[in-house]
Parts: sequence; C-alpha cells; structure tokens
Amino acid sequence: MGTSDAITAEHVVEQHTHHSHKQFYVVWVALLVATGIEVLLAYMQLPAVKMLTILIGLSIVKSALIILWFMHMKFEIPRMRRLMMVSLCVCLLLMCVFFADAFRILALPPK
Amino acid sequence: MADAVLHPTQLQDGYEPSLFSTFSNKIGMWLFILSDSLTFGALLFAYSYSRVSNPAWPTPFTSESIINATIMTGALLTSSLTMVLAVSAASRNDRGWSIKWLLATMFFGALFVVLHIREWLGLIEKGMTPSKNPWGAAQFGGTFFTLTGLHMLHVTIGIVILGIMVLRSTGKKFSANDIEVSGLYWHFVDLVWMFIFPLVYLMSTKIT
Repeated sequence: MGTSDAITAEHVVEQHTHHSHKQFYVVWVALLVATGIEVLLAYMQLPAVKMLTILIGLSIVKSALIILWFMHMKFEIPRMRRLMMVSLCVCLLLMCVFFADAFRILALPPK
Repeated sequence: MADAVLHPTQLQDGYEPSLFSTFSNKIGMWLFILSDSLTFGALLFAYSYSRVSNPAWPTPFTSESIINATIMTGALLTSSLTMVLAVSAASRNDRGWSIKWLLATMFFGALFVVLHIREWLGLIEKGMTPSKNPWGAAQFGGTFFTLTGLHMLHVTIGIVILGIMVLRSTGKKFSANDIEVSGLYWHFVDLVWMFIFPLVYLMSTKIT
C-alpha cells in the first residue's frame, strides 16, 4: 500500500468513526416513514398541485438525508460540499425554464 | 511564475495535496454523479413537460401497482442501508462483514429489478408500448419506459460493480476506498428513484 493509499484509508476510517451505525438506522427509518407518508397521500387522492408540492418537498428532504448521511457529504470539507451541491442545484433549476413552453401548449387553440 | 513555487512539505508523493481533502477516485465519482444527475434530471423534466402539456395523461397505476412500487422503494432504501454498513465495515478492515453487507445490497438490488420487470410485464400485457397505450396520451409509454429503463440499467450495472467488489474483497485486491466509491454510485441510484417513484407512480394512480 502506497503512502497516499494509507492516508486516504485513514481518512475513510476517520470519517466512519465520527458517526455510529445508529445514525444510519435512524436515517433509514426516516426514509421509510417519508415513503409511507407519500403512499398515504396517493390513497387520499389530494388535488394534483397540492399533492405534487408535498411529494416534491418530501423527495427533496429524502435526497438531502441520502446525500448528507449515506453519501457522507456531511463529513466532507465545506469547499467540496458547496461546489458540488450549488452546481447541481443551479443546473437542475435551469431546466425549469422549459415549463413555460409546456403551459403555452395547453393554451393553444384546438386544431 | 515565482508565485507557483511549492514548499516541499506541501508535496505528497510528488503531488500537491487534494483540493477537496479526499482521494481522486471519489472526486471522479462525484463528477460522474453530477453529470448523470443531469441526464436523469432532463428525463424527469421531459416526462413532466409531456404530462403538463397533455391534459389526458394516463393514470394506469392501480393499488396493486402502488404496493409493488412501494416494496421496490423499500428494497432500494434497505439496500442503501446495507451498502453504508458495507462501507463502514470495509473502513474498519473487516472484510468478512463488508462482503456480507455487499451481498445483502446485491440481493435487495436484484429484488428491485425482479419486481420492476414484473411491473413492466404487467403494463405490456395491458397493451402499453413505447409508442402507444390504451389509456390516453401516447407519450406516456415512451417517457415511462425510457426513464424507468435507464434507472433499471443503472441498478443492474450497480449490482455488477458490487459483484466485482465482492470478488476483489475475497482476493488480494480488497480496498476500502473502492468500496466507498462504489457505495456512492449505489446511493445515487437510490436517490434518483426517490424522484421517479412519486413523480411517475404516485402522481398517476387510479385508486378507487
């Protein structure tokens, strides 16, 4: 094992000793509960916009839990956290620009 | 150029220390995840665009389909837990438990794929193809099969990668770093499903 391998292996061990397995189980239960709420909402047959808002909100919370704990982003240095997450969010949000066109199609007169 | 001179203590194996204080494989995987999330993001936006612009969007998912998709979601979430436990065991150099958790992750991943194929076959039996379906807007089949098919392909590739990790761990090529990097990929696949499940399945239910 080279020096850099040893250093990175130590880094991994260090990361994992910072948090116990209990945290992973808590996150897993939280994810299952959030999924249960989503399914319950589907059976309640809420109005589409209200349901979409709640579902997207829950999906973002679930994603944050997965990224922060399971993918260990919580334990990375702030520089990496900011660069990765900000660039991802900006790129995904830019795609929203196309929705204006989708709504325009709805307003078109029938052929 | 004088400003670019490095002090010898800053060097590690002849290289500057990592900008992100971690190893290069992990940074590479994060960059791949960023690019792949844009691919899935584009497909999800395409699906949502089609849905918004088609008032007659099909709602084919009955209670049986929702129960099936919920079990699939549970399997994928549980596989993420077993994956993180595999990474944790590997970081302690505990090969035995690392391999066991990796095999458990592969099992839950395979369960997800099997249930998903069953779901697909059910829809195909009802007359759904990528170009037509018996319920309404024709775009539904194309966007549904592309989105869920690409995701299923990712899960299958993930199972293969984890299989390689198991084989390497039983031999002399055990590496905690490699298992951590493959774990990042696996969690990403789980993460994508957290958007597909509500947007594609739960928003298109037909529960009476």
